[in-house]
Amino acid sequence: MTAIPDPATRTRFAIFRGPRVRKFMRHRLAMIGLLTIIFLTLACFFGPYLLPYDELYIDLRARFSPPLTGSHILGTDPLGRDIAARLFSAGQISLTVGFTAMVLSTLIGTVIGVVAGYFGGWSRIGLMRIVDAFLSFPSIFLMLTLAAFLKPSPTMITLIIAVTSWMEVARIVEAEVRGQSSRDFTAAARMVGAPHWWIMGREILPNVIGPIIVAATLTVARAILLEAYISFLGYGIQPPLPSWGNMLNNAQQYLDSAPWLAIVPGVAITLAVTSFNFIGDGLRDALDARSVQ
Amino acid sequence: MIRFLTHRTLQGIVLILIVSMIGFTVINLAPGGPLSQYAMTPGMSQQDLDRIAHQMGLDRPIPVQYLDWLVNMVSGDWGKSYRDQSPVLDVVWRHMWATLLLMGTSTAIAVALGTLIGVLGALKRYSVFDYMATVGAMIALSIPTFWFGLVAIFFFSLELGWLPAGNMYTVGDQSFSDYAIHLIMPSIVLALVNVAIWSRYMRASTLDVMDQDYVRTARAKGLPRWRIVSAHIVRNALIPMITLAGLQLPTIIGGALVTETVFTWPGLGRLFIDSLGYNDYPVIMGLLMFSAILTVIGNFLADIGVALADPRIRLG
Repeated sequence: MTAIPDPATRTRFAIFRGPRVRKFMRHRLAMIGLLTIIFLTLACFFGPYLLPYDELYIDLRARFSPPLTGSHILGTDPLGRDIAARLFSAGQISLTVGFTAMVLSTLIGTVIGVVAGYFGGWSRIGLMRIVDAFLSFPSIFLMLTLAAFLKPSPTMITLIIAVTSWMEVARIVEAEVRGQSSRDFTAAARMVGAPHWWIMGREILPNVIGPIIVAATLTVARAILLEAYISFLGYGIQPPLPSWGNMLNNAQQYLDSAPWLAIVPGVAITLAVTSFNFIGDGLRDALDARSVQ
Repeated sequence: MIRFLTHRTLQGIVLILIVSMIGFTVINLAPGGPLSQYAMTPGMSQQDLDRIAHQMGLDRPIPVQYLDWLVNMVSGDWGKSYRDQSPVLDVVWRHMWATLLLMGTSTAIAVALGTLIGVLGALKRYSVFDYMATVGAMIALSIPTFWFGLVAIFFFSLELGWLPAGNMYTVGDQSFSDYAIHLIMPSIVLALVNVAIWSRYMRASTLDVMDQDYVRTARAKGLPRWRIVSAHIVRNALIPMITLAGLQLPTIIGGALVTETVFTWPGLGRLFIDSLGYNDYPVIMGLLMFSAILTVIGNFLADIGVALADPRIRLG
């Protein structure tokens, strides 16, 4: 039982102190998830250097090689390109898109959530109505429409995913901030004449950073899934650039003759998304203020 | 009650308006706009394009076009499909039943399975089953629906040959059992995510209810355990689930879109993907509106359902 938090450490992100880290480390699934993500990231960014083929090299004589035959570890695709090489460079794109979309949507969601929760009144009602509007709408429709009509470069896909997935963060942050803005330290800051942005950024934000981190982790999982969905449907990352989603794009027609085309990238997506979800779950347990004694 | 109805109707209308504005702006600001299809036709001169634009009213300012579209939509004229000139509302209507059949079956499966898993998990809290259900739900939420569909097709259609790999019926044989057999795989695939979500919420809801006084009273009265669970715990735990069902509607519609694509199911999701490929703007816009309206109605019915199921809640 810790007594009243020391005011000097409160705003210095007290959340990262010892017990929480230990609590996270004890969460077995979260640790497995973290290790998997580290492994996947290393594999995707350094794996290509270990392979004899690059992701665009076409080996026509070796088309449709099954995995573990010859020099292609995970087999080849209909053009004879090495699947392992494609999987890794696709992973670079998918993970980068997922991570960047998370950063952007967390930023949007945090700003909107903090502003809505801090000011309250009409700005809250207005902003949260927009959040409701976005939430109560099948975002895949909007995403596909955007992706179909805008030029689908990786940057554009990242922006589209970010624009359609900031609402969860905004909701969580708004609820947390609403509780904080009536607390004594906020009133004190206001009384000494601190400007709004300072109170929001330096007084309130550090206290709600825990839920934001949890939501951000889960958003990475969601963003990787969304990229896979739109690329699978043909409106996401465009070939010859590989992504985990567009590797599955043509897999269905070869399901009978070359099932590994579907299985390999799907396993990679599931592995990455599950890991981020596990990490998010572990972080939630570790960062929940009520759960640390 | 009347206040609630007007309030929610207004809210729904505002929501649909926002969605329609976003959709309309995106479609019309896209490079090329609705005319891009014609612009690619060889031998099409700028004059021809201008003439077509004028005929279709596309040379007017976007807000004017939007208002025009809005007035028409409200009066039931959703425009004509660029593909075959049939009215959008007819096209949507034709494809709606397949989607509703798929979504309905899948939701029924998800509710039944999710409730069962959730209640069992709560009753046997921290048991091996509970742990497996928790981890299983998290993994289920992480599997891309379309990939799960592909894997299911691979095993059950290609390897085992038990179920058809796609379509809603066999041409020439449209019996009930034929429909049913085609429905099994897509509805289970679509249900996966919702089983996961539903079971998680059901577990939490059941745990809440188990702490209530009336459950303790029932136990003190010496009611048999199955009576307590079925009549007192599950019934009350299901009430918040009605709201969840409404909130989950966008997820189910979105899931139906990819599931229909994988299983070549002739519903609205496939129609949407096809229309995107053809730049069929009126149909795309119509489907955006349709899904928004469906969502609003779904949430509305969920609120009324909660009020009917729980006499403590008054709408107002």
